[in-house]
Amino acid sequence: MERDEVKSILESLLFVADGPQSVQRFGEALESVELDLIQEILNELQSELAGPGRGVRLVEVAGGYQLRTAKANADWVKKFLGGRPARMGRATLETLAIIAYRQPITKAEIEAIRGVDVDGVITTLLERNLIRAVARKDVPGRPFLYGTTVEFLQLFNLKDLSQLPTLKEMEDITLPKIAGDVIALDQGEES
Amino acid sequence: MSTHVQLEIFEGPLDLLLHLIKKNEVSITDIPIATITEQYLATLELMETLSLDVAGEFLVMAATLIHIKSRMLLPAGSDEPDEDEGTDPRDELVRRLLEYQRFKEAAEQLERREMLTRDVFVRSVTPAEEAGPRGFREVSVFELLGALKRVIDRLPKDSVHEVTLDKITVREKMTLLLDRLRSLGNILFDALFNDVRSRMEVVVTFLAMLELVKVRAIRIYQEEMAGPIMIEAAAGMEEAAENAVIDETEEEQHGT
Repeated sequence: MERDEVKSILESLLFVADGPQSVQRFGEALESVELDLIQEILNELQSELAGPGRGVRLVEVAGGYQLRTAKANADWVKKFLGGRPARMGRATLETLAIIAYRQPITKAEIEAIRGVDVDGVITTLLERNLIRAVARKDVPGRPFLYGTTVEFLQLFNLKDLSQLPTLKEMEDITLPKIAGDVIALDQGEES
Repeated sequence: MSTHVQLEIFEGPLDLLLHLIKKNEVSITDIPIATITEQYLATLELMETLSLDVAGEFLVMAATLIHIKSRMLLPAGSDEPDEDEGTDPRDELVRRLLEYQRFKEAAEQLERREMLTRDVFVRSVTPAEEAGPRGFREVSVFELLGALKRVIDRLPKDSVHEVTLDKITVREKMTLLLDRLRSLGNILFDALFNDVRSRMEVVVTFLAMLELVKVRAIRIYQEEMAGPIMIEAAAGMEEAAENAVIDETEEEQHGT
């Protein structure tokens, strides 16, 4: 297969793809084509689309490649689509951040960090497929342990979880002993 | 209390405390507990005056603050047992505040990223996948019931009437079915009942399957009329399934 042909096919596949697609996935679709070549062409498409006057970007997200609109055009696209505001509240974002960094984590552990009830937020996040129950914790009550999903990576334009910015370390303070990274509930609160 | 009313919605007591610490330009690690407690209580009062619903968590924190304040007034390590000697009564609160602040910042960082459907968009996808693969046809409820009847008929009839209290729940069966689908991808309807021994278990298994169809975790297909019925993992199986299993648990807990 000619190189240009591969490039053309790849662009078509990217266009029709539902969600980010991995290089391997393209490799399966293109059968005899080397993964190295596919990767090379994807990089090429990526830099071409990043050029001036282009409105679609080839983005590496959630372990694959996906065509996305250019950020600069956001307002126009929103207006065109009939702009439904997709704002995410602080409670949702904070809870999501805690789950992203501390997964797998139980509801009680999240509440210990946020200091408030997170029942409603968890339900919303589950409904939006941004988190999922990944297991149960082996403690009394066997609570669910939550983790983030592929949709979470897609929402925040992350290649994978390692791309999350590192949390600021807790420094310069004398810390009481903490067992693992589970936060014990404040004794004073309980009594 | 200042007359300048700031009606900020605080995410919780820790959020309010961080706000007060920032407003007073003091360090988290060295909180002037008397001042902050006073302002904290004043804010709660203000919230109550404004008929805002002051959640219980805010009151718990108020108690914690007052407790710390009183401990600060005691001479260091006077009557306290050795373990407490040298520890600042504020330590635990400081740790919680720092911990919370880290995630608050992390949340802000997340929000600054290019967010899908806010900053960037993808082509809207027509859900072609739901059409069903490989020319299979969807199975009607009647065909399912027919298949169920065949399974029940197949059960050994001569068995003695058993009075066992096998506690098989629909949820357990759902989890089992999902596990099998995860490893196999698809299962024949009949194979679902291969190791099922009692009528009750057949029914429970069947209900579990229906429940999973309802939440779109699985799909049921048949190649031809009266042909073998096939159960298959649906596109969004994992998420749909987790939600379904959770729903079931909640129902159980609420004792419905």
